Amino acid sequence: MSDVYILGIDMTPFGRYPDRTFAQLGGEAALMALDDCGLSPLDVQIMYCGTVFGAYEMSGQAIMREIGQTGVPVTNVVNACASGASAFREAWLAVKSGAYDVALAVGVEKTPRGMLGGGGETGIPLEGLFGSASMPAVFAESGTQHAAKYGTTFEQFAKVSVKNHHHSTMNPKSFYQMETPLEQVMGAEMIAYPNTKLMCSVNVDGAAAAVLVSEKKARELGLSRAIRVRASALQSDPWNPTNPMMPDVNSVTRMAAKSAYEQAGLGPKDVNLVELHDCFATAELLHYENLGLCAEGMAGPFIDEGATALGGKIPVNVSGGLLSKGHPLGATGIANMYEVSLHLRQEAGARQVQGAKIGLTHVVGLGTASAVHVLEKA
Amino acid sequence: METPQAAKSHIKFDADGKPYIEAQRCRACGAMLAEPHLACPACASRKGFDAIRAKETGRLIAYSIVKRSYPGIQTPFVSAMVELDDGLALKANLVGAGFEPEGFAPNMKVRLRFNDALGRKDKEGRAYVGYEFQPAVN
Repeated sequence: MSDVYILGIDMTPFGRYPDRTFAQLGGEAALMALDDCGLSPLDVQIMYCGTVFGAYEMSGQAIMREIGQTGVPVTNVVNACASGASAFREAWLAVKSGAYDVALAVGVEKTPRGMLGGGGETGIPLEGLFGSASMPAVFAESGTQHAAKYGTTFEQFAKVSVKNHHHSTMNPKSFYQMETPLEQVMGAEMIAYPNTKLMCSVNVDGAAAAVLVSEKKARELGLSRAIRVRASALQSDPWNPTNPMMPDVNSVTRMAAKSAYEQAGLGPKDVNLVELHDCFATAELLHYENLGLCAEGMAGPFIDEGATALGGKIPVNVSGGLLSKGHPLGATGIANMYEVSLHLRQEAGARQVQGAKIGLTHVVGLGTASAVHVLEKA
Repeated sequence: METPQAAKSHIKFDADGKPYIEAQRCRACGAMLAEPHLACPACASRKGFDAIRAKETGRLIAYSIVKRSYPGIQTPFVSAMVELDDGLALKANLVGAGFEPEGFAPNMKVRLRFNDALGRKDKEGRAYVGYEFQPAVN
């Protein structure tokens, strides 16, 4: 089967847009992505929209009402924080199958304020009785599980936030663009030990979109800025005795990573940069190991030695990550691909990862889904 | 006095009204589950489950000291994942170990205790039975 290419990709700045609709935000990103490759909404043959809070509103169709109601097939995709990457993957499958030459994938979100998670309670509230179902606490537990096995420290987890906030100072589309020294991260309000407030991703609004085309179409339009999709992997959570009371983000990520590396015919050592799902600082360290970036149990020392900072061995989340750039749930997956594409095209400005040829993106949607994509400059 | 309600469906009451944890053990692979399913999530067998009385001792596998929760939920509390000695994994508050990380040694032994669900009542004013973990005294 022939390859699928990202021909156009873009994102809105992440922020707070109380006066804008899902359709307006998603439509703006769609037009930006189409403009990025010189195509028109009239060229789009099929469209997928990834969103969590906008899914009941049929946001995909509403986006088409903003940019051109051509009557093409539109499907709304909900997969928690993996919604955007899942919509992208549906578009990839549509083109890969040979049924379509031009597909549009949009991820869009207006995220509610406050802590996410919980719900599904009957009779009496269960929060604070059977532990916590809040996202900061759930991911804190994943962190202390790692700490119990390998001795990972609060300080090592906190260093993730220092690094990602630093990266974001070079990204004009990031919600936060500020330095946060280690003392500030560790001294911030403790939400759920070991995650302080600065170690929790920011609930923001935003959208990202990608135009995917067949090899035939890419050659016709020119490959100069095209990105080849080397792998598209999506997995659901396998059995684990602690699941679902303690969602297992590790096994599902490992399965997706294994599938992606096999599809691409390469390994972690071939990857030049990674955008991974740092919904909480604790999570990023786990994913170093889950994605094979470092050896088992070595995530702590790996961040200590600066391996994942810009200029390090394998830069991770140079966009600022979910922690600083922000995490509009449904938009995150495609925004990660936008970041990697910028680097592969040598268009990332001050935060450019020099000589980047291959990049990997990763998301986790709790409940649980994980998507891993491997991208390469065509 | 009215019988209290179970705050989780795997809390059952024996003939004397004493609460216990009912685990579901897969007849094919032995996987231990807190709830029954149509088929076993571990092996997909449809042989069904044996309802067994779970052990009430286990070890701490993960925790978080929760300082901020949803509006109206009192903090701090410790959220803990525990693997009971027969393999069933449950999540509940861990009480009696303080609120400092030093209080939570990896794999520390804990014991499950039933409680009055922090005195929480439903809209009809009914009382509930919940459970918590406590450090086990050797």
